[in-house]
Amino acid sequence: MPDPATVTVSIPTILRTHTGGEKRVSAVGNTLAAVIDDLEVNFSGITERIVDGDKLHRFVNIYVNDEDVRFSGGLQTQISDGDSVTILPAVAGG
Amino acid sequence: MLTIRADLVDAMVSHARADHPDEACGVIAGPEGSDRPERFIAMLNAERSPTFYRFDSGEQLKVWRSLEDTGDAPIVIYHSHTATEAYPSRTDISYASEPDAHYVLVSTRDPDDHELRSYRIVDGVVTEEPVSIVEKY
Repeated sequence: MPDPATVTVSIPTILRTHTGGEKRVSAVGNTLAAVIDDLEVNFSGITERIVDGDKLHRFVNIYVNDEDVRFSGGLQTQISDGDSVTILPAVAGG
Repeated sequence: MLTIRADLVDAMVSHARADHPDEACGVIAGPEGSDRPERFIAMLNAERSPTFYRFDSGEQLKVWRSLEDTGDAPIVIYHSHTATEAYPSRTDISYASEPDAHYVLVSTRDPDDHELRSYRIVDGVVTEEPVSIVEKY
C-alpha cells in the first residue's frame, strides 16, 4: 500500500457545524471513501451527511479537482497527494 | 422579509417564462451576511424537466467558487413551478440546505399572471415571508 495521500477538503456552510466553523480541513486517504472515513475520525457525524449506505448522498455533490465524482468513480474515486476535494450541497427540488 | 429590486424580480420572472414548461432555476448573489440580493445568475436546469430542477453540478462549482472569491453568497435561490402554486414541494424542502437563503418560487401556470412568493426553509420547516419590491436599495 502506498502512503495515504493528504488532501484539502472544502466544507460547505451547512456542514461547518461539524468542523468547528472551518471552511477547509485536511484529510488523508487513497480513495474518496477513505478520505471520508478520515473526516469522520476528526469530525464525528459528518459521514451520515455525505454518504447514504454505500453511495454518495443525493443531497450533496463532491468534486475531486473540479470533477464531479458522480461521473468519475463515486466513492471509489482515486485520490492523489495534493488533490482538492470540494463538498457542496446539491441545489435541487421539484 | 425579502427586500429585492424590481429589475431582479423581472429577471426571475422572464427566466421562468422563457423556460416554461420546464422549471427554471438560479441564484441572486450579494455580499455575504448583507441579506441584499444584487447579482442575477441564471443557472442551467440539468434535469430540463417540468417537475424537477437541479443545478448543473459543474456550473454550480464555478459559480460557488466565484462567489467565495468575491466574498458573496447566494442570497436568493429561485426556481419555477410551471403547473402548480408557488409553494415549496416536498422535494424542495428535502433538498433545502442554505438556512440563510431566501427560497423564491415563481409559478408560471397562469400564462398572463405570475405568482412570486418567498420562504425560509430551515431544518425542513417552511416559513413564508413578505416580499418588498423596491426600485433601488
